[in-house]
Order: sequence, then structure tokens, then C-alpha cells
Amino acid sequence: MQEKIARGETPDILFWVGCSGSFDDRAKKITKAIVRILNHVGANFAVLGVEESCTGDPAKRAGNEFLFQMQAMQNITVLNGYDVKKIVTGCPHCFNTIKNEYPELGGKYEVIHHTQLVQQLIDEGKLKVQGGQFKGKKIVYHDPCYLGRANDVYEAPREVIRKLDVELAEMKRSREKGLCCGAGGAQMFKEAEKGTKEVNVERAEEALSHNPDVIAVGCPFCNTMMTDGVKHFNKEDKTKVLDVAELIASANEL
Amino acid sequence: MMISIILFAILLIVGSTFFFLNSKKIRRNILLGKDISITDNRGERLKVMTLVAFGQKKMFARPIPAILHLFLYAAFVITQVELLEIIFDGLSGHHRAFRALLGGFYTFVLSFIEILSVLAFVGTIAFLSRRNLLKVPRLVKSELNGWPKLDANLILIGELTLLCFICMMNGADEVLYARGASHAQNLGDGSLGLAVTSHLGPLLFGGLSTETLHIVERVGWWGHIIIVFAFLNYLPFSKHLHILLAFPNTFFSNLKPKGQFKNLFEVTDVVKPNFDPSYQPVLDPNAHIKFGAKDVMDLNWKQLLDAYSCTECGRCTAACPQNITGKALSPRKIMMDTRDRLVEVGKNIDANKGTFVDDGKSLLGDYIKHEEIWACNTCNACVQECPVNIDPLAIIMDLRQQLVLEQSSAPNELNGMFTNLENNGAPWQFSPADRANWIHEQ
Repeated sequence: MQEKIARGETPDILFWVGCSGSFDDRAKKITKAIVRILNHVGANFAVLGVEESCTGDPAKRAGNEFLFQMQAMQNITVLNGYDVKKIVTGCPHCFNTIKNEYPELGGKYEVIHHTQLVQQLIDEGKLKVQGGQFKGKKIVYHDPCYLGRANDVYEAPREVIRKLDVELAEMKRSREKGLCCGAGGAQMFKEAEKGTKEVNVERAEEALSHNPDVIAVGCPFCNTMMTDGVKHFNKEDKTKVLDVAELIASANEL
Repeated sequence: MMISIILFAILLIVGSTFFFLNSKKIRRNILLGKDISITDNRGERLKVMTLVAFGQKKMFARPIPAILHLFLYAAFVITQVELLEIIFDGLSGHHRAFRALLGGFYTFVLSFIEILSVLAFVGTIAFLSRRNLLKVPRLVKSELNGWPKLDANLILIGELTLLCFICMMNGADEVLYARGASHAQNLGDGSLGLAVTSHLGPLLFGGLSTETLHIVERVGWWGHIIIVFAFLNYLPFSKHLHILLAFPNTFFSNLKPKGQFKNLFEVTDVVKPNFDPSYQPVLDPNAHIKFGAKDVMDLNWKQLLDAYSCTECGRCTAACPQNITGKALSPRKIMMDTRDRLVEVGKNIDANKGTFVDDGKSLLGDYIKHEEIWACNTCNACVQECPVNIDPLAIIMDLRQQLVLEQSSAPNELNGMFTNLENNGAPWQFSPADRANWIHEQ
């Protein structure tokens, strides 16, 4: 962002990468898939790079409102400094926080999730999608809570997946009834309480019952949890866990 | 005749007064919560109330219980029409005064009530067996042991008794009318023409003497109205209160996206000057501000209304990922605990001439354990499921804020995450300088 501004350019979109997408080795691949899509359509976009900081979502959900608002206002200061208008996020948690919780603190932007961006690009004819290696494969889509129930985005990721000419299977617990992967509410950062099962194992079991080639997700945290869940059942050779952006990017060899 | 009118008037006055006084107490308890203003979007709120409470939209996520519940609900609502006549008759000494006045319309309405009553009978039997014989998992969880289970069965048995009284009242009267012995005005039509009891009455009571039939009819009539008033006065002490509170509770629903958690202004007021020097704090810096909720008085009135509106159906708990995987968290228990504690606080206030005397207890700790609070995924499944738009998650979040901001007692790993966030701007221990490294990595 800094570089573009220095060159006197004004990017149309800010790509908010998120902590997971910046630091987690698996999630970085999702980040790059999103970048490849953006580059492919010639989008005028930028990232904040080292000026980006956690949105504060995990702090807020864990009850630390002070830390959340410190993070939020720091980010808002940076975003407003660059006069950002439109943001696409690689993570539903960043998406939810910036879209819903930043406006009241002074950060008002048009915020979309990357699956919505891909759908828009397809609808506008800027992105042509073919099934490629996924053609005819069976895909199960897992709804991230902070994209689905939290913000009622259920169709964009599904429409994008359907464009790949695949068999899209639905779990019994999907859309409004989708079962959490187990990461939300800051659970990602702590051990689970005493119980009989891990949530991600419960969810992976349900997804695997469809015997899919791919479990598609739209969230880097769901990705981690579902990947671990698939490994728990030793099914990682048969079933891959991939982000919707990765599906699109690799099917079209971007 | 005079005695029965006096008895009826006493029943009416005493029954209504007790209900009024106990309702006032519930209102007072709800208003012990912090004040918040929910006055926006009245049109949208009316729409939500009409669809969700009146139209029972969210019940239909499970069609079979929804239809059975609809039978009971419709019978309950329509039966209120009949009460008008019972009250008029009771106070004036008439018998079926509206029949001669309304003619065919009267027969239609009462027949409609009778058909719904038969359906409600089926529904009630189904609900009783589901709870006690089939043992549907969400209806036999540990938080329902004791009073909640008894409460549920009492309601259903009360409903069955009410339906039996209606059957006695109408059935016996049908036989009497056919014999020309009913106290209802004889219109020379040979039958009251009620859809169910004109057939069922002769079958059940046809062999009884006219004298006995008069007794059966009176027992039915008095039994009916006594049960109605008993129910009315039972409501304030029961989960069954949802039949009334579902309406205000859905009206005051959260209309924002479910993922949007409220930003604490008390925090904004302190944090904002660091980023905006022109901002003037509005809160008194010396005032002691409590963050989050430790006890029911720290919750807001909508959260307390939520607690009283809960009918313990357990759809929230059945959808909770943590409960499904055997953890202690149950959103229904959060609501039940909140109401139980609020009732206890209310009794404390009554016993101490209107002021609450510290009893050394609190919602957090004595009712809800830390283990329950920390298990939550904030996934909103419970909020989505609730047929009357209760929000257990809002209470869980307030309790978490209390634990972190007032008691500094978050689990260790979360404290580590907070430290990383403060130092590195990420929940993990990565240097913020490395945030853009991915751009150059292959």
C-alpha cells in the first residue's frame, strides 16, 4: 500500500490478508491463491504488509475488549490514513470484525469476503472458470460460522464451487445449521475443555461420511481444523482440504 | 344460583389479582437489569414478532414437533374466545348466552375449538411420550433433572385435564340438550351441533341419568375455568411463561448481523484519546466501571427477558458443537441458571423490604462455572436455533469479559495469546516485521 501511494497510485481494493494468511504456512498458500486470482483479472489492489495488524477478533471473542479496541483503532487509523474504501478479506473473522465492529469505532468501508469477490468477478465476466482437475469430483463445502450464520453468506462460495463442474454434496448440518469446526471463539488458541470428543473430529467425520475428494472451506482456521480432522481418520490421501480460492486458482492454472 | 355467581366472581378477582401481582414482580426482576434502549425499527420488529412468535416460523425447522406444537398453540389461542362466554355466563347466571345471539357462527366457533382440542389432545399425548417414553436426547439432559422435568410434565398433564373438562362440559350438555334438559335456551334444533361432542357426548355419557349429567356438566364447566386460572397463576413460576413472553422477546430481537458483538463504550471512551487527541472522554474517570457481568444485575433487561422467555426446549443445546462433543457447556443451562439466579435475587429483595442484601452468591461461579464459559465457540448455533430469538451467546460474552477484565482469570493459553497480540499484533509469537514475508516466498 505504502509503495503504491508513494507512486501516486490509488488502489481500488485493499486485500486484508489476516494473521493466519500472513504467518501460517498452510494459510499462506490460500493468500497466494487469492493474489493469483486478483492478478489474473488485473485488479488494482494492495496489501498493508507490515502495517497490517490483527483485527482484534480473537481478543474480543475471548473477552478482552480493551485489547480488541486498541487493535481496532490502530488498524482504523492506518486504513483511514490511506483513505481505503473497499476491503476484501481472506478470513471470515477479519471480514466480520471489520465489516460489523469497526464502523462504530470510526472505520467505515465496503467489506467483502474473498469468496464474494470471486463470485463478483465471475458474474462480471472478468474471471472465466473451468473445472480443470476438479471436473466431476465430489466436493463437500463446510460453512465457516463467521461467514454463514454470523453474516448470512451461504450462496457465494457454493455458486463459485458449482462453476467448477463438480458434484457439490451437502452435509446434513449445513448453511444455518452448519456445525462449527471448533476453532471459533478463541478456541484455536487453547486446549478444549474436558469432553468426549474434539469438535473438529465430529465435523470431519460428518464431512468424510460423504466420501468426498475435497472438503472446501472459506476460512484458514476451518482449514486447519478440518485438515487435522481428516488426518485423525487417516484419510488425507483420499480427501484434500482446500480453500475455495485455491480450488479456483488451481483449476484454472493461475 | 346467587352463590355460584359470588363464587365465580371471587375466583375471577382472586385469580386475576394474584396473576397481576406476580407479573409485576417479574417485570421488576427484569428491570433489575441494566438499561438499554431498543426503540429502533419498530416496523421490522413487528414483522419479526409476527413471523417468529405469532407465526412460529423457526419452529418449522423441525416439522413434526412444529405441527404438534401448532395444535396446542392454536387450541390455546382460539379457546380464549370461549372464555368470553364462560365469564359472561359465570357472572350473569346464564347458560350458553351467546348461542341464541350468534346462532350458526356460535356453533362454528365452538366446533372449531373442539376439533383443535382433539388435535391438542393428540399433541399433548405425543409430547408426554416423547419426554417420558422416547426420551429424546435434548429433553432428558442433566440440567432438566428435578423441577424442570416435573414442570414440563405438570404443564402437559394440566393441558390434558383441561381438555377432559371441556369434553365433560360440552359432551354432557349435548346429551342434556337432546333430552330437552339443558339449561341452554332450547331453540328446538335437538342438538347443540358441536362437531366433536355431539357424537362423543352420547357415546361417553349417553347412559347417565339427567341428574348425573347436570353434575358432570357443572364439574366440566367449573373444572375448565378453575384450570384456566390455575394455569394463569402457574405461569409466573414456570417455563410455560414463554406463551406470553415470546411476543415481547421476539419484538426486542437483535436485528443486526449475528456476528456483530457490541463494542463497550466504556472501553472506547478510554482507548480513543490514544488515537484521536481531539476526542474528549465523556465518562467520569474516577467512577468505578464494572466490565462484563458477574451477576444478573450486570446483564441488561433484554438478557433477563430472554431468561424468562426460555421454555427449555433445548434446541440450542442440541446444536451446540461443544455440548455435542460432551463438554459441560449447554446454552439452555446458561438461560436456566440466569433465570434461577434472578428469581433468587427477586426473593431476596422481597424478603428485605425492597432492597437486595448481598447473599455472597453470584451467577458466575455459583451457577455457571468457568469451564462452561470458556468452552464456547461463539458460533451462534444456539442463537440461530432458538424459536423465540433468545441469545445465550450475549450472556456468555458478558461473563467472559468479567473474567478477563475484572478477575484476570482467563485460561493461561489465552493470556499467552493476549500477550502475543499486544507485542506482535498477531495471536502467535511471530515478529510483526515478518508479516509480509509471504510475498517473496515461493
